Amino acid sequence: MAENKGILVCGELADGKLASITTELLGCGRKLADELKEDLSCLVASDAVGEASKEAIAFGADKVYAVETPVLKEYQADSYMQVVEKLVKDISPRMILIGQTSMGRDLAPRLAFRLGTSLTTDCLDLSIDPQTKLLTQTRPVYGGNAQAVFTNELMPQVVTIRTKAMSPLERDDSRKGEVIPTKIDIDASKVRTKILETVKEEAVGIKLEDAPVIVSGGRGMGGPEPFQTVLKELADLLHGAVGASRPPADNGWVAEGLHIGLTGKIVAPDIYIAVAISGASQQEVVPALTKKLKELLAG
Amino acid sequence: MPVNMIVCCKQVPDPEAPPAVFKVVNNKMTLPPDVKPVIGQYEEFALEAALKIKDTGGGKITALSVGNNFVRDVIKKALAVGSDELILLEDEAFEGGDSWSTANALAMAIKKIGEYDIIFCGRQSSDWDAGQVGLGIAEILGIPSVTLARKVEVVDGKAKVERVIPDGYQVVEVTLPALIVVTSGLGALRYATLKGIMAAAKKQPVIWKPADIGLEPSQIGAAGRRSKLEKLFQPVKEAKCEIIEGDTPAEAGANLAVRLREAKLL
Repeated sequence: MAENKGILVCGELADGKLASITTELLGCGRKLADELKEDLSCLVASDAVGEASKEAIAFGADKVYAVETPVLKEYQADSYMQVVEKLVKDISPRMILIGQTSMGRDLAPRLAFRLGTSLTTDCLDLSIDPQTKLLTQTRPVYGGNAQAVFTNELMPQVVTIRTKAMSPLERDDSRKGEVIPTKIDIDASKVRTKILETVKEEAVGIKLEDAPVIVSGGRGMGGPEPFQTVLKELADLLHGAVGASRPPADNGWVAEGLHIGLTGKIVAPDIYIAVAISGASQQEVVPALTKKLKELLAG
Repeated sequence: MPVNMIVCCKQVPDPEAPPAVFKVVNNKMTLPPDVKPVIGQYEEFALEAALKIKDTGGGKITALSVGNNFVRDVIKKALAVGSDELILLEDEAFEGGDSWSTANALAMAIKKIGEYDIIFCGRQSSDWDAGQVGLGIAEILGIPSVTLARKVEVVDGKAKVERVIPDGYQVVEVTLPALIVVTSGLGALRYATLKGIMAAAKKQPVIWKPADIGLEPSQIGAAGRRSKLEKLFQPVKEAKCEIIEGDTPAEAGANLAVRLREAKLL
């Protein structure tokens, strides 16, 4: 096998554009690639890649492998794996960076096991050991109560990176790079899953991931009702969104889409108001806070 | 149709223990003895997923776990709630594994079990949170997988799965045998009935040693790791905390509103 060289980012698209996680992976990958003095490549695979290839270059990629085929319209492990596995065999990257997203969580472990290498998921920090050129990988463990640093000597080095853990570069449309349209045949007989239906359950209003203010409730809320009333009223007033910790999501008090945390959504608001999370029970404060803010905002 | 199911479970320190008791000493997590082991929260959902299928169409559930020093009362909960059999890969040599050596040991045990329609796993363990073992098993066995399942039914010899996606869910059909990784939203694991607890008390788990599943000690546990743990640590968290006071909760709320406004945060 050829010597492993360069860094490959597994790109993701959202609404036909490069997803924010991919710009973050490119920002992180660019730094690592510059340290290694090697190339940064990005895979974009979809039914319609559109401008995403050019965006990947503007955000730091040297080479973009664009794979366009109707089967890739919706992510399925059995079809995407064929694309990623083929590309990895063709270009032999030293490192593969994948987002710790719905797709990444599903794809990365299978990919690592198939390639016979190791994987560290949900990394918060990556650095390169200058001697060995191996990745030092830091990730949270024990529900965030500790962090662990891992290394491994197998190639390629595969990691998934938590959303919002890395910063993207400033978009620079004058950056030079190469878009390589890549044809990869997908054997449909190897796709053993079928998506029968995709149902959107999104809450109306501002998206949790984009909300500058989040009002989040925990187990102490006691049931579904306060999420619709006191928390919602405060969130609306602050032009924010309602979120929840794990127990309300597990108990079905709120839709899973409102669940914030390690296994839910990763958020980075300016203000996060936690109500009755981990035993605290200050629900009484919220109506008063809401009332006073209304007065202040009106005045 | 009766469905043959295997549920992979892990015995972990109770993740609901207060954060302050988690202490890292010499690169190892040490917990006080009053933090009791439990079956991981996502594996409990995986057990419930299997039990729901058994409720409707019948079938057999084998609970499977790898580790050492299993606390019998803890791991036998799998039997008490309705699993038919419990197989423990229990040996000192299984200790200290990573996602790779754990998935490999479980996959070898599943090959020895031989017949199965669905393997259930939790989305991630409640201690190391890696989220790899289920998919690793699927890859080693060469079977399809569906992750983040919150509802599973068996219809016409296939599994129909509701898979959680960021803004909703998908209904995914998968051919059997398949591995299904379960997340929350499926409903809590049912309580064991008195009858279930009595039956579990009489039943002994089947114990398999490394040689029973065709593995050398060098392939399992700490010796079989692919990734090396360099360091385990607890980052020093700096927090500035100001308590906004008030004679009543309502007054404290109003004072907080004033402070947020003064600080131009809102």
